[in-house]
Amino acid sequence: MNKRFKEHVDGKKDLFIPFITAGDPNPESTIDLAIMLQEEGANAIELGIPYSDPLADGPVIQRASERALKNGMSLEKAMDLVPKMREKGLQIPVIIFTYYNLLLQLGEERFFALVRKNNVDGLLVPDLPYEESEEWRESCEKNETALISLVAPTTSEERLKKIANEATGFLYCVSSLGVTGTRSHFGSPVFTFLERVKKHSNVPVAVGFGVSSPEHVKELKDYCDGVIVGSAIIRQVESQVDALQNKELQKDAIEQIRAYVRDLVAPFEKSKIHS
Amino acid sequence: MTTKVPDQRGRYGQFGGKYVPETVMYALEELESSLNDAMKSEEFIAHYHEELKKYSGRPTPITHAENLSSRLGGAQIYLKREDLNHTGAHKLNNAIGQALLAVRMGKEKIVAETGAGQHGVAAATVAARYGLECKVFMGEEDIRRQELNVFRMKLLGAEVVPVSSGSKTLKDATNEAIRYWVSNVEDTFYLIGSVVGPHPYPKMVRDFQRVIGDESRTQMETPNKIIACVGGGSNAMGMFYPYLEEDVDLIGVEASGKGIHTGKHAATLSEGRLGVIHGSITYLLQNETGQIQEPYSISAGLDYPGIGPEHAYLSETGRVTYKGITDQEALDALEILSEEEGIIPAIESAHALAEAIKQAPELPSSDVILVCLSGRGDKDVHTIMEHLGGEVDE
Repeated sequence: MNKRFKEHVDGKKDLFIPFITAGDPNPESTIDLAIMLQEEGANAIELGIPYSDPLADGPVIQRASERALKNGMSLEKAMDLVPKMREKGLQIPVIIFTYYNLLLQLGEERFFALVRKNNVDGLLVPDLPYEESEEWRESCEKNETALISLVAPTTSEERLKKIANEATGFLYCVSSLGVTGTRSHFGSPVFTFLERVKKHSNVPVAVGFGVSSPEHVKELKDYCDGVIVGSAIIRQVESQVDALQNKELQKDAIEQIRAYVRDLVAPFEKSKIHS
Repeated sequence: MTTKVPDQRGRYGQFGGKYVPETVMYALEELESSLNDAMKSEEFIAHYHEELKKYSGRPTPITHAENLSSRLGGAQIYLKREDLNHTGAHKLNNAIGQALLAVRMGKEKIVAETGAGQHGVAAATVAARYGLECKVFMGEEDIRRQELNVFRMKLLGAEVVPVSSGSKTLKDATNEAIRYWVSNVEDTFYLIGSVVGPHPYPKMVRDFQRVIGDESRTQMETPNKIIACVGGGSNAMGMFYPYLEEDVDLIGVEASGKGIHTGKHAATLSEGRLGVIHGSITYLLQNETGQIQEPYSISAGLDYPGIGPEHAYLSETGRVTYKGITDQEALDALEILSEEEGIIPAIESAHALAEAIKQAPELPSSDVILVCLSGRGDKDVHTIMEHLGGEVDE
C-alpha cells in the first residue's frame, strides 16, 4: 500500500479530503491552498486537473476549470506542482483527479513516470467506470498508487460488491444523483446508502458531492469515515480570485478561505497538525 | 469482415465503450436492457414502422438526378430523399424510435441536445406527438445563430435551455444534457441525436437509422458507390450499415471547412487523435494536452469535434473511405443541384453531393452512385444567401 495513504488515511475516522483545481487561479495559490488545507486537518488532497468538458462537474468546478485553463494548466504541469507542495511541508497523499482523455493523451507510461518522480499517491478518474478500468487498476497497483473508485446510490448491489472488493485508498460515495455542487441537506436515503457501502468496504468510506456546511459534516460523520469537499471550497477560492492573484493580498485571501474551512470541519474536532 | 460490432462492452474494435461517471452507469444499464427488450418485441417494431410510414411519410423515394448526371457526363447519380421526411431530415427516424422507447420505459420527459436545432426540432416534434415533456439544451452561441429553430421548438411546446458553459455550442449542450439527465434519470429519457455517446447509444441510433439503407436495398440494385456526409455520422451509419456485406464502395464525407490547412474544419478522422468524448473512445479534435477543440464548418450539423465510434472502426478496417469537402465545394454542389434538379439540399447533404460530383465524371455512365440526401436546405437559406450574396458583391 502507498505509504502516505497508510499513514494519513487508512483506518482513520473523520477524514477530511478537500478538492482544489490545479492552477485556479494560479499555481502559487494552489500550492499555498494545499498547505493551508493540511494545516486545517486535511488527510489527503484531491488535485483537480482542469478540462474543457468536465461531464461530472457542476458550474462551480466548471468555472474553476476555465480559469485554470486560461492560465495554461495541464495534467503534466499540475503533477509538477506536487514536489513544490512537498518542499513547503505537504506530507499527506495527493490524488490526481483527472478526466480520462487527459490521461490518455499523456499516456500511461509518462503518467506513472511523473507519479514516481513527483511523489503522487493516488488517481481518480471520474469517467473511467469499473468496467473500463482493469488496465489502470493493475498499473496503479504496480506503482503503489491508490485508484479511487466511486459508487453512487444507483450502483447495484452486485456492482458495489465488485467495486468495493477492489477499492484502494478510500471509497468515494456520491451523495446523490447529478453533478458536483452544493445541496441543501442530506437525508435518510444517503445514510442507508452509506451503511450499505460500509458493509462491503475494506477501505475508509468517504462521501462527496454537495458537502458544504458544518451541519452537513455533523449530519454525515456518524455514517461514514469522512467527507470530500470540492465545490464549497472552490466557491471560496472564486470569491477571492482577484486577491489570490495580487501579491499583497494573497496571504490574506488564503486566511479568509482558511477561516471558512476551519468552520466547515469543526464538527470533526480535529487537532491541528501544524499550529 | 463479418465481425459483429459492437461487442458486449459496446466496443467497435478499440472504439466505443462507456466512459461515463458512475452516476450514469445505472441509467445506461436500464436503457440497454429496455432497448434489447423492445427490439425483440414485434409490437414495438411494428409500431415504430407504422409511425415512420403514417407520421413521417416513409418510405422516402430514390430520385434519379438525370440532369445533373448528364451535365457531369459520367456515373449516374441517385438521391435517397431523406429530405422528404417529416421535419425535413433523417433525424426524425431516430427521434421516433427513441421517443417510443421512452414511452415504453414509462419515462415522462425527454431531454435532448442540439447544435443548429435540427435534432432539437425532431425531439420537440416527437415529444408533442407522444405526449412527453421536452427540454432541449442549446448553446447560447447557437441560439443566437438559429433563431428560427429556437422558435420552432418553442412552438412545438419544448423548453429551450440556453447553455453558457464552455464554448457555448453543441459539445457543451451535450455535456449539459447529460448532466441534467444524470440528475433526473428516474423520469427522464436522454434522446441523443447521433451515433455518438456511451454504449448503447451509437448502436441504438444506428438501428433506428438503418431504415435508410434497408429501404434503399429494396428500391434499387446495389449501386457501385454510396456516399453520405458525416458529422457525428447518423445518416451515413443508417445508410451504410445494411450495405456493409455488399460489394459496394462506401464513402463518408467530413467537413473540411475553410480547408484543413487553415485549422478551421471538422475533419475528425483525418486530423483528430484517439480520445474520449461524451462517453466514447473515438477520434476527436483536441489540442496537445487533450483539451477538446471547437470544430468549424459552414454546416452546423457537421461541426462536431468527435465522430461516432463505429465510423472510427469502419475507417480503421478500411471498409469505408472518408473524404473531406470544403465549405465552398459544398455550396457549389448545393447551387448545382438546385438549378439542375429543383432540389435545395441541406448544406450537410451538399457535402456528400459534392463528393459525388467530383467522382462521377471519372466513371463510366453505366456506374451508379447513390447519395444520401440527408436533409432539405430550407433551414440554410439564410446562410446560403449570405455566402452567395457576398460573392456577387466582390
